[in-house]
Amino acid sequence: MKISPSKLISLLFFIFSGYYLYTAYQIQVFAFDENAPFNAKTFPIYLGFAGLVFSALYVILPETNPTDVDLKVLDYKKTIGLVILMILYGLTILRAGYFLSTSIFLVASYIILGERKWIWIFILSFPFVAIFMYLLHGLLNIYLRDPFLKYLGIMG
Amino acid sequence: MIEGILIGLQTALSLKNLMMVMIGCFAGTIIGMLPGLGPMTAIALMIPITYGFDPSTGLILMAGVYYGAVFGGSTSSILINAPGVPGTVATSFDGYPMAQQGKAGKALAIAAYSSFAGGTISAIFLLIAAPSLSLVSLSFRSPDYFGLMILGLTAVAAFSSKGNFLKAMMMVVLGLMLASVGQDTLSDIPRFTFNNMNLSDGISFVLVVMATFAMTEALTLIFKAKDPTKAAKQISLSQLGSIKLDKTETKKMVTTIPRSSVLGFIVGVLPGAGATIASFLAYGMERNFVNDEEKQKFGKGSVNGIAAPETANNAACSGSFVPLLTLGIPGSGTTAVMLGALLGFGIQPGPRLYQTNPEIFWSVIMSMYIGMVVLLILNLPLIPYIARVLATPRTFLIPLILFFSLTGVYLMSFNNFDIYLMIGIAVVATMLRLYNFPMPPLILAFVLGGLMEENLRRSLLISDGSWTFLWDRPLTLIIMLTILAIVGWQIYRSFFDKK
Repeated sequence: MKISPSKLISLLFFIFSGYYLYTAYQIQVFAFDENAPFNAKTFPIYLGFAGLVFSALYVILPETNPTDVDLKVLDYKKTIGLVILMILYGLTILRAGYFLSTSIFLVASYIILGERKWIWIFILSFPFVAIFMYLLHGLLNIYLRDPFLKYLGIMG
Repeated sequence: MIEGILIGLQTALSLKNLMMVMIGCFAGTIIGMLPGLGPMTAIALMIPITYGFDPSTGLILMAGVYYGAVFGGSTSSILINAPGVPGTVATSFDGYPMAQQGKAGKALAIAAYSSFAGGTISAIFLLIAAPSLSLVSLSFRSPDYFGLMILGLTAVAAFSSKGNFLKAMMMVVLGLMLASVGQDTLSDIPRFTFNNMNLSDGISFVLVVMATFAMTEALTLIFKAKDPTKAAKQISLSQLGSIKLDKTETKKMVTTIPRSSVLGFIVGVLPGAGATIASFLAYGMERNFVNDEEKQKFGKGSVNGIAAPETANNAACSGSFVPLLTLGIPGSGTTAVMLGALLGFGIQPGPRLYQTNPEIFWSVIMSMYIGMVVLLILNLPLIPYIARVLATPRTFLIPLILFFSLTGVYLMSFNNFDIYLMIGIAVVATMLRLYNFPMPPLILAFVLGGLMEENLRRSLLISDGSWTFLWDRPLTLIIMLTILAIVGWQIYRSFFDKK
C-alpha cells in the first residue's frame, strides 16, 4: 500500500497529537484546582483531541487535491549545508562572540551558495556586521556580548 | 472642540516639531525594519532622549517613531517575508507574493497609501467619537473577546482553498499547541517545558514568525533552486520600484479602505485586541466581500489582501488611543509604553484629561496625525530605492535573510537555545510548506492562542463551567452567529458550490 507524503505527515501529526494529549494529562495542577471548570491542562487537552480529529480525518478521507513534489529537482546539498552552518553558528556565538561568528557565518553561506565575488563577500560580511553592531550597540544602546572584541579591547 | 484642534495643529506644525517628526519617522522606519524591534521597542528607546524636551515635542517625536516603526515592519514583511511585529503578519500574506512578482514598489505603495488612509479615517473617528467610544470599549466582556478570537481564526478560510481545509486546521492546532508551551498565565504551572528553563517563558512570537516565514522562505528558495518551474524572472529595476497604480487597483483600494478602517478602529478601541486581530479580521472580512475572481488572488498578491490589513492595523493603532486617552487604560504594549512616556511628562490620561486639559489631548491626536502625513511624504519617494533590495543576487540575499532572522531571535534572549529551536521549527516548516501545509493559519493561531485561552478560562470560570456564556449576552450571540454564518458559507462553498 502506497501512502501519499501529505497523509504520512498527517499520520505523524496524529502521533504527535497523541503524545501532546498524553503530556497534557500529565500536567500537575494544584489540588484545589483539580475539579475547577478550567485549569492549566484544560485547553491543552482540547487541543490534543482537536489535533487527533483533524489528522485522523485527513488520513481517512480521500485526498481531493494531492500535492505532487518532484524530489529529484530539490537541492539537498546546499540546504543541508546551510542548516549545518546555522547550527555551528549557534554553537559558536556565545564563545566567539557576535561579530566573529556572524561574519564567518555570512562568508561561509555566500560560498556555499556559489558566490565567488570576493570583494562583495568581504564587504557584506565583516564591515557589514561591524556597521550593524554599531547601529545596535552604539546608537540604539542594545548590548551585544562579544568576548572576542572585548579581548581586543574594542568593546567593553 | 474646534479651538482645541487648532491649538493642537499650531503646536504640531511649528518648525521644531516638524523637524522632530521627520527625524522620528526616519529613525522609526529603520528600527521597524530590524527584526525583533517593533514600535514598542522603538518608542521605549526614545523615552530617555525625550526627557529634555517639552511634552508636545517629545510626544511628536514619539508619534513619528511609532508610525515609522509600523511602516518599517510592513516593509520587511513585504520585501523579505519577515514580519517583525504581529500586526504586519497579515500584510505579508499578499505583500510578499506581489513583491516576488516584481511589483515590490507597488506593494509598498499600496501599504503606504492604505496605512495613511486608514490612519486618516480613524483620526476623524477619534476626533468625533473618542469620549463616547470609550464606553463601548468597556462593554466588552471575556465571552465577547473569546468570540472575537474565534472570529479572527475564521480568516483561516482564506488559506483552505482547493481541498486544503484540513491541512489549514491542522496548522491552526499546531499553532495553538506552540502557544501553549511555557508557564500557565494564572497558576504559573509549567506546561510542555520538559524541565528546560529556556521554555518556561514560552516560545517568542519573533522566533516562530522568523522560523516559519523568513527562514522557511530562504530555505525553500535554496531547496527549489534547481526546479525549472521556479526559475527567477528577470525584472527591470524600474518595474521593481514602480509605485504607479492603475485604475482597477485604485478602485479596489477605494472600496477596501473604508470598511477596513471602520473594523480596524472598532477593534483597536477594545483593550487587549489591538492591531494584530484587526489586521487578521480585516483580511478575512475582505476575502468574504470580494468576488470569486478576486478571491482566487488572495495569498498570491491581491491588492485587497494588502490594503485591508494595512488599513486596519493603522486604524487600530489610532483606535487604541481611545481607551488610553479617555480612560487611562493602555490597550496594548505600545500604548502602555506611551502611557509611561505621558506620565513622565506629567500628563495623566483619563476622563478628566479631555475636560481639564483639552489642548494636550488634541496635541497628542494632532501630532499622531502629522506623523502619518510626514511619513507618507518622506517614504513614497524612497520606495523605489527600498524595493531594490529584491534586486540583490540570491547568493547574497538568502544569507542576509538568514542573518536578520538569527539576529532578531538572538537579540530577544541572548542565548543559543532559541537559535536551535528556530532552526528546528524552520526545517519542519520547510517540509510542511513543500506539501502545501499553509503557514499563515499556524501563525494566526499562535498569536491568538494565549488570549483565546485566557478569555475562555475567564468565561468558563464565571459561568461555572457552563458553555451557555456563548449565547447568554446579546453581543456574544451576535459574534457567534457571525462566526456560524462565515463558517457555514465556507463549508457550503467548498462542498456544494461547483462554480
